[in-house]
Amino acid sequence: MKQISVFLENRPGSLYAVLAKLREWNINLRALALADTAEFGVLRFIVENPEATAEKLKQEGFTATLTEVLAAGVEDRPGGLCAVVEVLTNEGISIEYLYAFVSPYGGKAYVVFRVEDLEKAREILEKHGIPTIETIPV
Amino acid sequence: MPREALEKIQLNRLKKVLVRAYHNLPYYRKKLDEAGINVYEVNTLEDLRKLPFTTKDDLRKAYPFGAIAEPMHNIVRIHSSSGTTGVATVVGYTARDIEIWSELMARTLAGCGATEEDVIQVAFGYGLFTGGLGVHYGAEKLKATVVPMSVGNTLRQIQILRDFGISVLCCTPSFALYLAEVARENNVDWSKSRLRLGIFGAEPWSEEMRAEIEKKLPIKAFDIYGLSEVIGPGVAFECEERNGLHISEDHFLPEVIDPQTGKVLPEGEVGELVFTTLTKEGTPVIRYRTGDISALYYETCRCGRTMVRMRRVASRTDDMLIIRGVNVYPSQIESVILSVDGVEPYYQIVLTRENYLDKIAVHVEVSPQVFSDEVKVLEKLKKQIEEKLKAELNLSCEVKLLEPKSITRSEGKAKRVIDLRKKEGVQ
Repeated sequence: MKQISVFLENRPGSLYAVLAKLREWNINLRALALADTAEFGVLRFIVENPEATAEKLKQEGFTATLTEVLAAGVEDRPGGLCAVVEVLTNEGISIEYLYAFVSPYGGKAYVVFRVEDLEKAREILEKHGIPTIETIPV
Repeated sequence: MPREALEKIQLNRLKKVLVRAYHNLPYYRKKLDEAGINVYEVNTLEDLRKLPFTTKDDLRKAYPFGAIAEPMHNIVRIHSSSGTTGVATVVGYTARDIEIWSELMARTLAGCGATEEDVIQVAFGYGLFTGGLGVHYGAEKLKATVVPMSVGNTLRQIQILRDFGISVLCCTPSFALYLAEVARENNVDWSKSRLRLGIFGAEPWSEEMRAEIEKKLPIKAFDIYGLSEVIGPGVAFECEERNGLHISEDHFLPEVIDPQTGKVLPEGEVGELVFTTLTKEGTPVIRYRTGDISALYYETCRCGRTMVRMRRVASRTDDMLIIRGVNVYPSQIESVILSVDGVEPYYQIVLTRENYLDKIAVHVEVSPQVFSDEVKVLEKLKKQIEEKLKAELNLSCEVKLLEPKSITRSEGKAKRVIDLRKKEGVQ
């Protein structure tokens, strides 16, 4: 699954500028996480049409990039996320970052994460009966 | 000394130094030959005006030893201005130069009111920078007691100030203010201290800053002036009148010129300060353009000295910045930024004063090519630029990554430097 990342300066209004554009273009966010450091932030989000959206953002002068990430549906119950992380941990896969959310559709929780070797992680998950998904269901 | 007697000494010395420069400094000989000037035809001090200037660039091109007019076995010390290979200027001192420098620095300290009874804490940097060793030798020559602290370690500096009965503090004015601030935070009681005198230089400062220092430390504060290309500290100093700085004219012949035309300006007019060294053997300079903006006043000072006074330096002709006593050219920062992959060639240097200490921040734009989704990659980029700047400038800079196009593009000359430090007033 492709995720859009946008560089944000650490100042009031920088997040708003991106979100206002998405609103203007009528683009619905499927998932979103904001990483921050003392100096700057990186906004990461999933939308339905990532390539076109990233291109439009770049044209507007934002520093945006597409990153391949993995997403999987997990059971919305205690230990649901832990099961996913557990199989990756057991295989020695390190997670760069991760965000999760509960979807109102289908009663599932979804986890989006980034690892160095995506293919290997995908195989491991599938071997353990956790299929990765290419879109977040609407 | 009456001015006529002084001028006689100056002329004698000038003739000698010109002959030496002609024979021993190829770069200056070339300038004289090109201008068709015979140094033996300089017969008055006014004749100096016909001679070509020496610029910082001349000295840089002479790197490393092309500006040294003596065989190396006669050179006992080498100093270098801040800057890195390629942009540094190198100066050499003979044993006699060191002797004269010590004398002049002792004269400077005495002019500011220090005596052999004083215990002097030297908190200028020791090393290639002329500040520390220059003041040190002068203080010893004065037969004062010297405590060679060099820079940094503020708490220890404060402890030594109190425990060693320091009466005179020598450092940059911004460090003095910083030290006062740290002392206040640590509830230091100055009432038992012997501190009475502050002798400050190596960066421009204002009357407001003087008042601030004197409010926070139990001292009377004096300004001193010098630059390594001319000798180091000891070129000029404030007397008790604190109305301009007396130039040690028996060793340094000053002029003030229009920086555009190079024409010598009359007394009292503001322009670029130019020095000719009259006695220096190691690295004599003829009509060296300092880039410092000042004016000269020849009337006898109320203190009785006939030596010319220069107005305290508050600005420069070029874009050189003085940050914590270190000379920085924006072009140095630019070359570092351009050497880093993935950074746009747009940058801004932001100077602030925090806790009385100058801070330098460099704002750069992240290019879309290098932007990474991973925070650690961006942090590495930031750190990489910071380390390169530190190596180039010998100064810690904070790098701030900005979104593209966030630095204003201007037509023509971009505004590269934003100086938010309190504006330094003129005398």
